[in-house]
Amino acid sequence: MRFIFKTDYSQDIRLAKHGGHVFWYSLLLLTLAAAPWVIAEYWLAQLTFILIYAIAGLGLMLLAGFTGQFSIGHAAFLGVGAYTQAVFTGMGLPFPFALALAAGIAAAVGVVVGLPALRVKGIYLGIATIAFGFIVEEVFARWESVTGGNSGMHIKAPNMFGWELGSATEFYLLCLVITVAATLGILNLLRSATGRAFVAIRDSEISAQSMGINLAQYKTLSFAISAALAGVAGALYAHKLQFISPDQFNILQSIDLLLMVVIGGLGSVHGAFLGAIFLISMPQVIALSKDHLPTFIGTAPGLQGLVYGVVLIAFVLFEPMGLYGRWLKVRTYLQIFPFYRKGMFKRQKAFQKSDRLR
Amino acid sequence: MTEHLLSAKDLTVRFGGVLAVDNVSFDVNPGEVFTLIGPNGAGKTTVFNLISRIYTPTAGTIFYQGEDLIRHPPHDIAALGIARTFQNIELFEHASVLHNLLIGGHTHRKTGFWSELFFTGKAMQAEIEAREKAERVIDFLDLQHHRDAMVAGLPYGVRKVVELGRALCTEPKLLLLDEPSSGLNVEETDDMAFWIADIKNELGITVLMVEHDMSLVSKVSDRVVAMNQGAVLAMGTPREVQNDPGVIEAYLGSIDDVSSLRRKP
Repeated sequence: MRFIFKTDYSQDIRLAKHGGHVFWYSLLLLTLAAAPWVIAEYWLAQLTFILIYAIAGLGLMLLAGFTGQFSIGHAAFLGVGAYTQAVFTGMGLPFPFALALAAGIAAAVGVVVGLPALRVKGIYLGIATIAFGFIVEEVFARWESVTGGNSGMHIKAPNMFGWELGSATEFYLLCLVITVAATLGILNLLRSATGRAFVAIRDSEISAQSMGINLAQYKTLSFAISAALAGVAGALYAHKLQFISPDQFNILQSIDLLLMVVIGGLGSVHGAFLGAIFLISMPQVIALSKDHLPTFIGTAPGLQGLVYGVVLIAFVLFEPMGLYGRWLKVRTYLQIFPFYRKGMFKRQKAFQKSDRLR
Repeated sequence: MTEHLLSAKDLTVRFGGVLAVDNVSFDVNPGEVFTLIGPNGAGKTTVFNLISRIYTPTAGTIFYQGEDLIRHPPHDIAALGIARTFQNIELFEHASVLHNLLIGGHTHRKTGFWSELFFTGKAMQAEIEAREKAERVIDFLDLQHHRDAMVAGLPYGVRKVVELGRALCTEPKLLLLDEPSSGLNVEETDDMAFWIADIKNELGITVLMVEHDMSLVSKVSDRVVAMNQGAVLAMGTPREVQNDPGVIEAYLGSIDDVSSLRRKP
């Protein structure tokens, strides 16, 4: 067990709290940076998808996990980013500018979707965002002059002022840099007043308000950041697949994104990454295990959906804090070895909370 | 008008057909502890919610330092220097005590979104300042033991203190305490009385509170107003109000009521 003796405030504010953090996260970063030269191309592509989904997951985590606003139409932001990127790089705009536009336009759309969040809460907001997701998908399909309709759109490899990132390795490293930047940005926000305001809104709107937090402003800000990150992820997604069509951004994609943050663990930045790993590796695991299953199960349609459903139900029932929550328990168990108690992470029921002002 | 810190005039609130607050007027002077008492449903908390602008009055005005509060949205109130606690505790459950206190300092934030996104030196400086303020409150309320604990796991009495601390972190001029002693044991109630006295004497903060515990009320309050069914019954020192026949009737019923219950021979 580690005891940290704190002697000044910056120790508490710093991202790396102790030497262990510095060591392990540096090692992780080095491993990820060296990955293209170690693993096969197929697995590198999967790793790229993990990074892309992790960026979208970070955005949704900020919104759902830290601000408490559930969006079941997040694929729409992914799509807005992807199509913006496809259209602008098609017009010959260099990659960084197109990416900034993808993020900016997605953020603007996010603000528009955030406006109903000021009035509706919980499941009603979920329904509103589902509706928004359908509308955007329909726009992609019908606005043929720009999006190419249902026949989809091709997109070239990212091009930065004449430097084309054509190879899988280059693109992977680009995704890695953007992921690290996005993560640092989110962590910075979360350790300052903005992030605390988000958490305040999640836990109690009424007292957030009386602490001087402008609910409208911060809810729309959260939607905007979340949408911007989804837009960035969408842009990278488009470059990775090199082909986009409206049905890639349908409700199933939205549910996948939500599944990712719930299974990863709501309210933790780690959760976005663990969820992304889960989301990408699960189909691989299912595909690999198909060979070992009896044929009538292995070839049955909808196996993946079934497994996802079962896993989600299992997590909600047994581990509401998600993969990250499970990791925390394992870590605590090892840290304080023979003293772990079963109820250590049990939260007190909030039966005293008032419903009067809601 | 200006010598009062807060003056409510002819406040009336109707929820549908229910007259929750009926023509209530009172003035709070700077530096005093002013208490609202009354039986359940008297409209005390509603008055609080009017001042913190969660409700809008049907009629009447609230002036705070000469400013019309009705014209301000709820999130402006803290910046004006009015902080409040809630009867049933509305803390940020899944954040640590320190974080709760830091959120209390939200109105004093000095950095914008972009400097926080890149966590510039200025943002770091602002964070350290915010923490220093929060630590001062932790020191004042003896919360050192619970600094890094999640609020969700804390006992009720401690949460009550954390909520008081969070309100103090907004650096208010007027503190609204909604039943500060409800759910506390005798010892904790005594502590609360000391803190309220300290808040008034050391920090110079005016306190407006709703309270049922008459020993606490008479210990700390300078003036008391008693309400019943939305209307003001009596106003004055704790002793005066306690001996007011109308107040006694509201709490205990009148002689006639009791006689009607008596078995006829």
